[in-house]
Amino acid sequence: MISEDQKRRVNLPLFNDKIAVGWPSPADDYVERSIDLNEYLIKNSAATYFLRAAGDSMINVGIHNDAILIVDRSIEPTDGKIVIASVDGSYTCKRLQLYPEPRLVAENIKYPPIKIDKKEDFEIIGVVLAAINQF
Amino acid sequence: MFALVDCNSFYASCERVFRPDLKDKPVVVLSNNDGCVVALSKEAKKLGIKMCDPWYQIESSYTKKGGYAFSSNYELYADISARIMTTLERLSPNIEIYSIDEAFLDLTGVNNCQNLQDFGMQCKETIKQWTGMPVRVGIAPTKTLSKIASYGAKYYPATQGVVDLSKPERQKKLLNLVPVQEVWGVGRKIHKRLNQIGIRTALDLAMIDTKYVRNNFNIVLAKTVRELRGEPCIGLEDQPSAKKQIVVSRTFSKRVDDLRTLEEAVSDYAARAAAKLRRENRRCLYVSVFIRTNPFRTQDRQYRNSGTTRLIAPTSDTRDIIQNAKKSLRAIYRSGFNYIKAGILLSDFYDDQIQQYDFFYPKERTLHSDQLMNTIDKINKKGLPPVYFLAQGIKRKWSMKREIQSPRYTTSWNDLPKVS
Repeated sequence: MISEDQKRRVNLPLFNDKIAVGWPSPADDYVERSIDLNEYLIKNSAATYFLRAAGDSMINVGIHNDAILIVDRSIEPTDGKIVIASVDGSYTCKRLQLYPEPRLVAENIKYPPIKIDKKEDFEIIGVVLAAINQF
Repeated sequence: MFALVDCNSFYASCERVFRPDLKDKPVVVLSNNDGCVVALSKEAKKLGIKMCDPWYQIESSYTKKGGYAFSSNYELYADISARIMTTLERLSPNIEIYSIDEAFLDLTGVNNCQNLQDFGMQCKETIKQWTGMPVRVGIAPTKTLSKIASYGAKYYPATQGVVDLSKPERQKKLLNLVPVQEVWGVGRKIHKRLNQIGIRTALDLAMIDTKYVRNNFNIVLAKTVRELRGEPCIGLEDQPSAKKQIVVSRTFSKRVDDLRTLEEAVSDYAARAAAKLRRENRRCLYVSVFIRTNPFRTQDRQYRNSGTTRLIAPTSDTRDIIQNAKKSLRAIYRSGFNYIKAGILLSDFYDDQIQQYDFFYPKERTLHSDQLMNTIDKINKKGLPPVYFLAQGIKRKWSMKREIQSPRYTTSWNDLPKVS
């Protein structure tokens, strides 16, 4: 079981220079650290949540059904950001469009945009920073 | 200067974070085994629900009125609590985590560069935005007064959840409105005695002579009086000291009378306690077990007892702990009783880096044991079906009822909130 686990763990050393051949381990000085996916994808862990995408309304930006969305609640939702919003008591993932009128736009022509200027039960929860699709 | 940041109906609010449809709806959270109400939203309060109401009594009328109920989901609550505390640490470097839903902040220096009321608002809004949780903030020159400020923020909506009591006039005004039993540190007994001498409000208490309080009550209450006057006596507690003992205990879902079932339950608690012990990087030397009957079933014969075994050497191996827990249990078990609760206590801790080897407990055994436990912990952390010891039982009929628990939204890959 231990060896299984070790096989699965991937530690990728990050080199910032080419290794000179013929010298005794000159690379040692250049190995900086392993690559950490959390560090790359998560800026603010206290405000970051994972959500699971359901359906194909954002298929054109590559968010497939069952993708894991990395959502940061501390980032300001500006025009053009992909956001998680709460609309009429449920969560939805759409692109935020502020001009010419504020609305949530799907990335799939099957789904019409949702106007949000007159909605009472509406709130932007956070900004989607990345989607993880598994194949 | 201190600030107290306190969550509004914490458990009930946690249940709403991933359920936007529950906004403004009555929400209650039930105790272990879905016994009684342990937390409620203000909408539930309006329906007449009170803390500790037995669930079976209110269930049908409450749900008919459109109320929602949840079994306790401690994984979710702990995760949200940790997020709130991390957020607070970003806003103010010096914090004391007072409980799962409260923290004191040391604001020394903050008032030089920022209006305190604004700071409080910023705290409240940042936590709301980052975690989705509503909090209130009480600011004052002492911890006891910051509790009073938080009380004001809770009961007076005009405050918008932030009360700054840095000015003495405002302190006096609010102290006069707060019943004395709401003062931090005033327990039920002291409250009764204070009422007997005509002390009804926090302001009354702040005005008594401290010498009188020291002589007629105790030194702790005298400190409270001085704190109410704005004289800081209680500082921020430093890092919580490392745990000195670990307790895992549960009430059974039904009464249990046979040793086999008790052994199963105690072994399960032992395994949980051992995992906790390893998370703290500790080994323990003593394993105690306690069992008891239900004192509220007066028709039953009553029995309670506890037993302790000393291990050969400090250990954090689940197998050793289960084995010794069973040994203790067998020593105290008496047949013919209806047991309702059992628990395990681990004590006398040692650092897991320091190990004294014993003739009967060779080094190889320890190394092998550490590797095995490490592997089990890793597997169980991954959210795969957990690895457990057969002694913990398979069907676990005794285990807690949590029939209406919400998903573990933030701590399990399988329970992530869905978004369309």
